[in-house]
Amino acid sequence: MSDKKLTPLKNFTKGILAENPVLRLVLGTCPALAVTTTGKNGLGMGLAATFVLLGSNIVISLLRNVIPNKVRIPSFIVIIAGFVSIVQMLMKAYLQDLDRSLGIFIPLIVVNCIILARAEMFASKNSVLPSMIDALGMGAGFTAALVLMGSIREILGNGSFFDLSLPVLRSGGVIEPILIFILPPGGFFVFGILIALSQKLTQKLDKNAARKELKISCGMCKGCEAADNCSEKEG
Amino acid sequence: MKEMFIILFSVIFVDNFVLSKFLGICPFLGVSKKLNTAMGMSMAVILVMGMSSAITYPINTFLLVPNGLEYLRTIVFILVIAALVQSIETIIKKLLPPLYDALGVYLPLITTNCAVLGVVLLNISNSLSFWGSVVNGVGAGIGFMLAMVLFAGVRARLEKADVPKFLRGLPITLIAASIVSVSFMGFKGIIEKLFA
Repeated sequence: MSDKKLTPLKNFTKGILAENPVLRLVLGTCPALAVTTTGKNGLGMGLAATFVLLGSNIVISLLRNVIPNKVRIPSFIVIIAGFVSIVQMLMKAYLQDLDRSLGIFIPLIVVNCIILARAEMFASKNSVLPSMIDALGMGAGFTAALVLMGSIREILGNGSFFDLSLPVLRSGGVIEPILIFILPPGGFFVFGILIALSQKLTQKLDKNAARKELKISCGMCKGCEAADNCSEKEG
Repeated sequence: MKEMFIILFSVIFVDNFVLSKFLGICPFLGVSKKLNTAMGMSMAVILVMGMSSAITYPINTFLLVPNGLEYLRTIVFILVIAALVQSIETIIKKLLPPLYDALGVYLPLITTNCAVLGVVLLNISNSLSFWGSVVNGVGAGIGFMLAMVLFAGVRARLEKADVPKFLRGLPITLIAASIVSVSFMGFKGIIEKLFA
């Protein structure tokens, strides 16, 4: 992870493809399932998380030599919570509709695994510029996954795409929308299928690339509930 | 009293934290493999949720709101939860060693559990009273336990099932969760019927 030879481009794209936080590392599943009822909500959540990730990665990498090792996790959480509060206030001021539909998942960005994992794994070990690129890449990967999931659920469940109603799929069209896709069970189902697809695709890619070992990059297995899934994925 | 029952019922069945609000998915997927770990984790969650609901209510009503500091809520609550979990761990380690043996390993995990921060924020946004908050917190924990225990049973069966190769592991778990979640949709409307 903290590979010294990581080129800026690779650093950026790893977050989108090889180490996509949602689909490959299975971090931050709660917002990924909860807010993706429409593509727009997914985009909003993704951008909010990206902003927090960028801010906290910059600050943490600047302070990486100042923060004592023993209290680093609480310090990271306070920094992250600060940025989350900023996002909360900005959303309340300028994007009230989005704020209402995302609800408590904006303050819950604080406990989002992805952000703490990047702080711990990357920002606390690298200088500012790589940390920024890392944050942007991871944020883009998170946003892409959320938009993808939101779009699938919105198209199938509501017959629209980013609030634009689709002629064939909307209610009263040729195929009735399948409401269950925007309800909670649909979230689990779409997420399961997407993970299966991403596993299948990476298996194919890995066959050529001599099967690179994908270690879950959280590095916080001690403090993370997903630890069980980590070991599962390492094998 | 009736109000408390409505809160309790709706948070356990209708608005189940895991299956319909999507809070606490990570432990739900991570720890629900075995029944006894699922129980241990859930008991710890009930304890922490109830206590943090009780503690954050006075902090919010008597400290943050009168001083116009609502914008600090997120930071204050996460610190309170972290400190609470740490002190619970220390206290039960000293006073109740058997309980510590049962719950100890799960306690540190709970700080980063979004369900705990979620429940205290929902208490505030639903403007519940003090006892309402406590009932909501404990009820959310019980709902979490119900989902975990049910799902641990489902997963035990899944281990033996012949699953298509590309669905093995996490995907089939999520699809099973989706079906369990469908069954919880059956509770919609039960509150109106029960307490009408």
